[in-house]
Amino acid sequence: MPPEGALEARAPTMEEGRLVERKTDEGAAVSTGDVLAEVETDKAVMELVARADGVLLKRVVDEGATVPVAQVVGWIGAEGEEVPAGAPPAGAPPAARDAGDETEKKPAKGSPEPKAQPPAESAAPLAARQQEAPTRAAGERVRASPVARRIAEEKGLDLGAIAGSGPEGRIIKRDVEGASPAAQAPAAASFDASGFTDVGLSQMRKAIARRLVQSIGPIPTFYLTAEVDMERAAEAREALLAREPDGKFSFNDIIIRSCASALRQHPWVNAWWMDDRIRQWHDVHIGVAVAIDEGLITPIVRHADRKSLREIGAEVKELAGRARAKKLQPDEYSGATFSVSNLGMFGIDDFTAIINPPEAAILAVGRIEPKAVVVDGAVVVRRRMRMTLSCDHRVIDGATGAQFLKTLVGMLENPLAMVW
Amino acid sequence: MATLTYRDALNAALREEMERDDTVFLMGEEVAEYNGAYKVSKGLLDEFGPMRVVDTPIAELGFAGIGVGAAMTGLRPVIEMMTWNFALLAIDQIVNAAAKIRYMSGGQIACPIVFRGPGGAALQLGAQHSQAFESWYAHIPGLKVVMPATPADAKGLLKSAIRDEDPVIFIEGEMLYNLKGEVPDEEYVTPIGEADVKRAGTDATIICHSKTVAPALNAAKALEDDGIDCEVIDLRTIRPLDTAAILASVAKTNRIVVAEEGWEFAGVGAQVADLVQREAFDDLDHPVLRVHQADVPMPYNKHLEKAAKADANKIAAAVRTVCYRD
Amino acid sequence: MGTSTERGSRSRQREAPYSDEYRDWLRMMLLIRRFEERAGEAYAVGQIGGFCHLYIGQEAVAVGTLSALREDDWVVSAYREHGQALARGMSSRSVMAELYGKATGCSGGKGGSMHLFDTSVRFMGGHGIVGGQIPLGAGFAFSARYRKTDEVSISYFGEAAANIGSFHEALNMAALWKLPALFVIENNGYGMGTAVGRASAITDLAERAASYGMPGVTVDGQDVVAVREATDEAVARARAGEGPTLMDIITYRYVGHSMSDAPHGTYRSKEEVDERRGRDPITVLADRMRELGLLDDDGMAELEADVAAEVADAVQFAEDSPEPDAEQLWTDVYAPVKEND
Repeated sequence: MPPEGALEARAPTMEEGRLVERKTDEGAAVSTGDVLAEVETDKAVMELVARADGVLLKRVVDEGATVPVAQVVGWIGAEGEEVPAGAPPAGAPPAARDAGDETEKKPAKGSPEPKAQPPAESAAPLAARQQEAPTRAAGERVRASPVARRIAEEKGLDLGAIAGSGPEGRIIKRDVEGASPAAQAPAAASFDASGFTDVGLSQMRKAIARRLVQSIGPIPTFYLTAEVDMERAAEAREALLAREPDGKFSFNDIIIRSCASALRQHPWVNAWWMDDRIRQWHDVHIGVAVAIDEGLITPIVRHADRKSLREIGAEVKELAGRARAKKLQPDEYSGATFSVSNLGMFGIDDFTAIINPPEAAILAVGRIEPKAVVVDGAVVVRRRMRMTLSCDHRVIDGATGAQFLKTLVGMLENPLAMVW
Repeated sequence: MATLTYRDALNAALREEMERDDTVFLMGEEVAEYNGAYKVSKGLLDEFGPMRVVDTPIAELGFAGIGVGAAMTGLRPVIEMMTWNFALLAIDQIVNAAAKIRYMSGGQIACPIVFRGPGGAALQLGAQHSQAFESWYAHIPGLKVVMPATPADAKGLLKSAIRDEDPVIFIEGEMLYNLKGEVPDEEYVTPIGEADVKRAGTDATIICHSKTVAPALNAAKALEDDGIDCEVIDLRTIRPLDTAAILASVAKTNRIVVAEEGWEFAGVGAQVADLVQREAFDDLDHPVLRVHQADVPMPYNKHLEKAAKADANKIAAAVRTVCYRD
Repeated sequence: MGTSTERGSRSRQREAPYSDEYRDWLRMMLLIRRFEERAGEAYAVGQIGGFCHLYIGQEAVAVGTLSALREDDWVVSAYREHGQALARGMSSRSVMAELYGKATGCSGGKGGSMHLFDTSVRFMGGHGIVGGQIPLGAGFAFSARYRKTDEVSISYFGEAAANIGSFHEALNMAALWKLPALFVIENNGYGMGTAVGRASAITDLAERAASYGMPGVTVDGQDVVAVREATDEAVARARAGEGPTLMDIITYRYVGHSMSDAPHGTYRSKEEVDERRGRDPITVLADRMRELGLLDDDGMAELEADVAAEVADAVQFAEDSPEPDAEQLWTDVYAPVKEND
């Protein structure tokens, strides 16, 4: 008899959840996919769905209770079926069942004895899976046939970004034959298909990382501040709003869009620190810090570099709304390649933001205010904005960060550069 | 080119080599007056007389040893085993004497002898008469193991075997004796140690020999309908193994199935699989799969026997698997 | 009186067949004896390894039989073959060096004690599988006839090998085809530790010959002259195309089966060994020679010294010889690939 559902990990950081609301009564018929309950995690309220057909025989966790991931919360079975007595077991996490199914599908050819089942994965890697690669967790071995590995290496393909069609997800020759590094960038704006390049750590990079970590915390951060002349950006915004009075986009959206374009040119900044390597993402997914009642969440604008200001504006507004309602799904706030935090609306001149690992950088944006500045030898009043880039020095060196910032400033000061 | 049966091709090879070299003689049970249990030696007694076509008592160990002794003196005996099942009685002479004389004499004594006869299963002959022993002999340094699948190869390889300076285990097939094929009219020999690409292809390689060549080709034909283009490599010689041919094909197709009549454990396919994983690991798109006899003594019942044998369907299924098409 | 004694001796010599060969036989038996004693010592200190089966006590068999053969005849034996190798004319140097596993050994160090080979004297090997060499000997005889020569072959094996299938198969075919072969049972009474009566239903092994329709003779293996006489008859039959002979030559090994067992103990008594040593083949021949006036103490001492020098030289040679090159591991498995292939 399958359990009603074990509590499923839904985010990389999720270790427990609170059963907020029951959606199905005991004795009710349920089908796979029916919503059984809402579960609140550290980030959002999510739906717990049935993984089997039958009758909800018993619920074993009360509303409001907090249970660890993989804890059985109820039982689904045939009508009248006995529910196991005693304390609800910490059921096998869903990942374990998945692994078992996969093994069963594999024909045991030429082998009289069933293959040993792979060890059940813990819940956390399953969630991590959802976070980044198509089918596997960070650090999980990529299963690929030897020739597929060789071809991928020859073509410069990233196996981690390829979905394998062989047994147990093995990447085989046909999976890499048609692929090219360029084509690995997803055609659709789907996070799941986004690619990256893992860069091995040079001895120098390792030494920098080791020494800086000794010197300053687990993430050796340094800060670069620049002041931007936002006059032309403001003019452009005003012009657009004049054309489209209902247009919904902010300075922050302009900054997000500019960052996205700049990041395309600076892969070292659009990157993750992966402990044993640096992952340079091929696509740009910008996390936007949103204050909510209970704290902070950073919904992600996927493929921000390929979206118009209008699209970004609409998307940020929609994401922020759902963030405040705690309705974001995990993949909507996990997996940013870079983040932006803007406290200008609170009147902050400038500040330093804290890096959200494994991202390598975050941009802290202050308010826009008129200032007296010298332009072409004359003192004039211009709208100015200060921003500070926090950089993980293990990934980004001073010059690298400065070059990114220079590109970003250039774009903001000349908005046309974004589309150039 | 003439069309000959495998049997007649072997007969022609024997006749030509006996004409060419009077140190060549044929010895075995029923080879002379009976014309051979499988008629491979038909007519040779009349042509060459009883000193060179020698009927023996049923004494495989004894006449194998007499052959080895004769070879040690410089003659070139061809010792016929009525079937290779019976050669188990002679295996001491083959393994302890023929294979080792050159080495343990420090290179002083050669042993140019051919042991030949049909191996593997025929039809419903039961457990003791349906055994493929090529991997046993191929295990032994000092022996060469040759297994032709076609009339042309049978003739060319037997001639090479007779001329070889070392002991050659020459395993024929009862089910192959009536197989017809084109055989060159002119004098030729087929080198020992060279595999033959019986069919070129790009998607998967079927390594086979002797009686698995025809089913491999049939499987390849059937797989065309699935859009799978198979390469079929007939090893022809088991030892020395043509490793270059195998590796070249794997480099091309990346997928390999080894088909053989014998049993799984330490079989020819195991050797090929070892070679491929060692030397062509980065060429593989799928683990090497093997098709072989079920790991049981051969049953008599024809349905059970069919189930036990390697056949085209099993080969095709394995090819689909290595192509991820099952 | 001296004159009459001399005359009497000469007349006895004339009546004693082979007497002009006695001295060579005595020397060869002595050489084998001292060679084997020295080999036993070398084995004890680890200079010789593996299995090592000594011939001490059986010298008259090798010397009596092989003295009857021609250079173009064929010889094959089992693993207790040092004696036959020496009696066949292989140098004591090449045999000792082979026991030492040296490159200068008769088999290049690849054979060892059980696998002595020398094609220059058609010594076709010591063979390690009981009875395995018997069909080979028949094969040499087959070849002799096939090539239309009057060469003969001689195959040595122990009485225990008369119970193995290859013995029966080879003798049957040799008799069937009247091959020029001698099958010599070196009957030292024990197959390892099993007395002949505990292994064979018929203990008079010469009777086995009747099964194949070939002559079978029982020979006193401690009397080299008797051995030679019997061998001459068998060789004559073979060369005449009258087929093979089975010779059951009764002898005794004074030592254990190999180096790893005692001369006596579990399967035979010290008394038995001492008694059999009382009729030593070397003493039997030496006594006959003394009786015929062909040997005196000085002559014996001279032979002993000569033999001792040869054995010492063989040991020195073996010790001084190089080990085989490492590359020799890989050679002689198959015929060398021809350059023009």
